[in-house]
Amino acid sequence: MWTFIHKLGSPPWFFGFSGTLVRWLLPITVTLLLVGAIWGLLVAPPDFRQGNSYRIIYIHVPAAVVALAGYYVMAFAGAVSLIWRIKMADVTMRAAAPVGAVLTAIALVTGAIWGKPTWGTWWVWDARITSMLILLFLYLGVVALFEAYENKTAAARACAVLSLVGMVNIPIIYKSVDWWYSLHQPASIKFTGESAIDSSMLYPLLLMIVAFYCLFTVTLLLNMRAELVWTHRESGWLKQLVGGS
Amino acid sequence: MTSPADVANPLLFFFMVITLFPLGLGPDPARLATLAPGVLWVVALLASLMVSAKLFASDFEDGSLEQLALAPYPLAVTALAEVSAHWLATGFLLALVSPIFGVMLGLPEEGLLTLLVSLLLGTVCLTLIGALGSALTVNIRRGGLLLSLLIIPLNVPVLIFGTTAVREAVLGGNPESWLALLGGLALGSVVVVPLAIGAALRVSLDS
Amino acid sequence: MYFESLAAVWHMDGHGFYVWLAYALTALPLVLMVWLPVKRMRQQWRWLQAEQRRSGAATAAQTPAMESDL
Repeated sequence: MWTFIHKLGSPPWFFGFSGTLVRWLLPITVTLLLVGAIWGLLVAPPDFRQGNSYRIIYIHVPAAVVALAGYYVMAFAGAVSLIWRIKMADVTMRAAAPVGAVLTAIALVTGAIWGKPTWGTWWVWDARITSMLILLFLYLGVVALFEAYENKTAAARACAVLSLVGMVNIPIIYKSVDWWYSLHQPASIKFTGESAIDSSMLYPLLLMIVAFYCLFTVTLLLNMRAELVWTHRESGWLKQLVGGS
Repeated sequence: MTSPADVANPLLFFFMVITLFPLGLGPDPARLATLAPGVLWVVALLASLMVSAKLFASDFEDGSLEQLALAPYPLAVTALAEVSAHWLATGFLLALVSPIFGVMLGLPEEGLLTLLVSLLLGTVCLTLIGALGSALTVNIRRGGLLLSLLIIPLNVPVLIFGTTAVREAVLGGNPESWLALLGGLALGSVVVVPLAIGAALRVSLDS
Repeated sequence: MYFESLAAVWHMDGHGFYVWLAYALTALPLVLMVWLPVKRMRQQWRWLQAEQRRSGAATAAQTPAMESDL
């Protein structure tokens, strides 16, 4: 296990390993996404209260779940980068931020579209949507801070500090927004009691969550590979790979 | 950093923005009173955002920050001392005068003490987070807008706990639990955030 | 299959517009998220290949003896 982690820190080894991984994971991801989407859109029965609009949760919930998990991946990579000064951790963090931001934006947009037929308005200051909005700001902060530094090593360390503070703060933000919402909940859009979800609706949701995790991994790896090719263009191992292809 | 203008500016900013609200919303006392807890807290947050932009700037430019980094104390301790001085000159004073502005906005008397206490505790968090943002962006040209992007999402819990405490007090409820949460947040921030500020200052000095 | 006809799939009892809009607005960024880094890497790869050929030709022309070291 330790040698595996140690190997991950070496760019040439990582480049080869991630290439194989992507070649397998990308078709799997596309298949899972298609199967999950078709299952959720066409096969699963409609919700008895929300009708067919609930089918949006098959992309909304996975995007929100993986977006939040993505922040922890980013912050963890930041911690590794700060403590052990491993370059690959910098690359991971750099690649995770925009992917997480896009997933957060997807969760927000699909949440808004879901809100229109369900609540009658595009935007409601609901606890979950508000938390996602703040998560988006947290992501954008990391992306913007990275772009603002010219020295990219310093940029990675600054972003590591910021994302670690953000990670500590996220549970507090989520909890406080939750309390804030329950105190102010307008009666007209009260959404009482989450009914136990039927397994015919749950399985496609779980499948989509797995698919989005795979997608996050694939896009993370693809971004890291693109970054590595550029930063290591002068390295011998890459020149050899380029020459051999 | 403690020139008279630096102390007066955030208070003046607070005063002026508070004046804008009756002009924008209309002078109806009842409506102003219901909005007052949120307005006062949001303006306090903005005032702290405004002053934190320059927290480390002068020390960074004249090189005294580099001297401090070479001192035998951890940078986190130095940062905490610096931030404490800054808080006494800005957040502390802001909290002390806040009841006056509360009265001007028609905040009921029951809420005034809670406003004072919540801002005393809350500005500790706001100043520390602001200092972290300042430390991260001190070496960046035109870091102003970036600073607000970094700081505002981190300050969300402080704002929620603070406004809720004041609102609870106005409604005759029990603000103690919210003030306790704010106090816990302030205590946690005093312990954790200086470490992050120290790390951020090192990054800015190295870059 | 829950729906009876393609028209029912499209309409979804009045919610079709929202559902399909949400899925379309998700599919687009997802495809871009995969495609953009792939495209970026391909471009860089081709650029590096061209660069190598250029420098390789240059060194071969100047000092043919050095080639064995590569």
